[in-house]
Amino acid sequence: MSQLEIRQLRKEWQETLAVKNISFEIAQGEFVALLGPSGCGKSTTLKMIAGLEHPSSGSISLNGQDITHLPPGKRGLAMVFQSYALFPHLSIAENIVFGLKARGVGALERDQRLKRVTDLVNLGDHLSKRPSQLSGGQCQRVALARAIIAEAPLCLMDEPLSNLDAKLRNEMRAELRALQQRLGMTVLYVTHDQVEAMSMADRILLLNQGEIAQCGTPNALYQTPASTFVARFIGNPPMNLINKGSFLLGIRPEHIHLATDGIAAEVIRCDYHGADTIIDISLPSLSHQTIKLRLPGHQLLAAGSALNINWRSQDQHVFCSTTGQRLSDYVLPTLTTHSLIQKEFHHDTQH
Amino acid sequence: MNRFNQLYAWLMLLPALVLLLAFTHIPALTTLWHSLFFPARGRNPSEFAGLENYRSMLDDAVFWQAFHNNLWYAIGTVPTSMALALAMALWVNSKISGRAALRLAYFTPTMLPMIAVANIWLFFYTPEIGLFNKILNSVGLTGINWLGDPNWALISLMLMTIWKESGFFMIFYLAALQSLNKDIYAAAAVENASPLYVFRRITLPLLMPTTLFVLVNAVLNAFKLVDHLFILTKGGPNNATNLLLYYIYENAFSFFDSNYAAALTLVLLILLILLAVVQFLLVERRIHYR
Repeated sequence: MSQLEIRQLRKEWQETLAVKNISFEIAQGEFVALLGPSGCGKSTTLKMIAGLEHPSSGSISLNGQDITHLPPGKRGLAMVFQSYALFPHLSIAENIVFGLKARGVGALERDQRLKRVTDLVNLGDHLSKRPSQLSGGQCQRVALARAIIAEAPLCLMDEPLSNLDAKLRNEMRAELRALQQRLGMTVLYVTHDQVEAMSMADRILLLNQGEIAQCGTPNALYQTPASTFVARFIGNPPMNLINKGSFLLGIRPEHIHLATDGIAAEVIRCDYHGADTIIDISLPSLSHQTIKLRLPGHQLLAAGSALNINWRSQDQHVFCSTTGQRLSDYVLPTLTTHSLIQKEFHHDTQH
Repeated sequence: MNRFNQLYAWLMLLPALVLLLAFTHIPALTTLWHSLFFPARGRNPSEFAGLENYRSMLDDAVFWQAFHNNLWYAIGTVPTSMALALAMALWVNSKISGRAALRLAYFTPTMLPMIAVANIWLFFYTPEIGLFNKILNSVGLTGINWLGDPNWALISLMLMTIWKESGFFMIFYLAALQSLNKDIYAAAAVENASPLYVFRRITLPLLMPTTLFVLVNAVLNAFKLVDHLFILTKGGPNNATNLLLYYIYENAFSFFDSNYAAALTLVLLILLILLAVVQFLLVERRIHYR
């Protein structure tokens, strides 16, 4: 049985439509990332599930109970905020057990649960300190502990790692995922960072302009993007889209390789990233459209130098150039990249 | 270089220092000096009195009356106006329609000068035609001689002061409330904290720095603000509304005993310093500063 069920959820303000009738489900113990660019409605969706925002229409149910109109505290969920939302005047221990106290849990049980949770997140030495005496990462652990101690059936997280520096974010990502797996938590995790979503989530819900662009495993979103939006959003640098008139040919920079007999290309610039180099190239055979390719290691190529590139046919994606929807299912699998491009090229020049 | 920096620093401090010395510290010291003399009579120069002015203060029944009045005035106005200020701030900070108008309405008494306020309230308090007595009469009660009855005069002043001051303190509370992190309240809501619990455990502690600031100001104002006495009661009837600062004014400019007024001023100053210190010591420990 799915734990959280969202049906036709909609949110509109006077002029703007923030969330357009979205529906999805989250199963018990699942880690779902709600991913999207800023302003796509992901935070609004999360707030509606938390009860901090009233939906214009639609329903939300948790474990079969309709919670659409319940106040936040009665919904049986925990939440981690981007700003941590710690109470600055309370000690760490008081911060963590705040909800238990408000719910009238006895002192003995409170202490036991506090002990268990602080061991889980390594906060034992800081219990009597104030939030201002802790680092950002430690504050994040406190916020996490406060969410875990509630033992709620669903935990909502609103960009919890975005205030941390890059190194700490990487560490916390792994730690958070491990904790979620260990405790079997059901998590809905809002983020704009595709790396977080790809590396942590069982399933990604990619939102665009208040609608679900695609929902699936990280691998599904990467391997078979449903539209050019998904293709460009997932992956870094984003997928190259080569305009072929009636359709768009998508190929990821990391799937392009140098070849002896491939498509002729001309180097525009190189961007060295350490482990690899991103190279901007233009394709003279395709009216000088520019694409990016990623090559391992440090590649020093002068601007203007000539290359030949190619890719495996199973790595290419085809999208409709008007709707942006994926068309790959009826592209002939026998067609090689080379011949496809050459053929189109000749076709173009004849007109 | 270091010496130049020192000079530079002192030059930067000089304007403020000159103003402070000229208008605060030197006058305070001359007041102290002045309070040690008898007033000059006729052509005789003023005579050194030592602590005689202070000793006569102990026997001065009017001084003690003004002192008591002032304490009751502070006790009667400060907590009430602060509580009202907080309540109004909480209300106009909530999502209600027309809250801008409401805020302005609450703040209006603060914008009016005390003299103007006193004139308005003089009309409210007038025995025969005053607003309050008309209301009392209309429900069948006999009117009160608000400002003329010694039992009511000080209370009447307190009422007016509360009306005037709470709007001013509301602004501080409102500013503090608006600077609080909204996520904290969202977090508390998710944790199922009741509004009362949130107020007691979150809002009130987080407002403590503002509360201390408002408290110190309110207490100072209770001793400093006497403009309304000139319009309403002139300290009467029978000194029932005489306050320390007004008594100082009377001594200096009605009785022309500026030396005794100087001694009284010093006592008032020390009293206010003591009060401020006590408030800081009492409240400071319970404050969380961000």
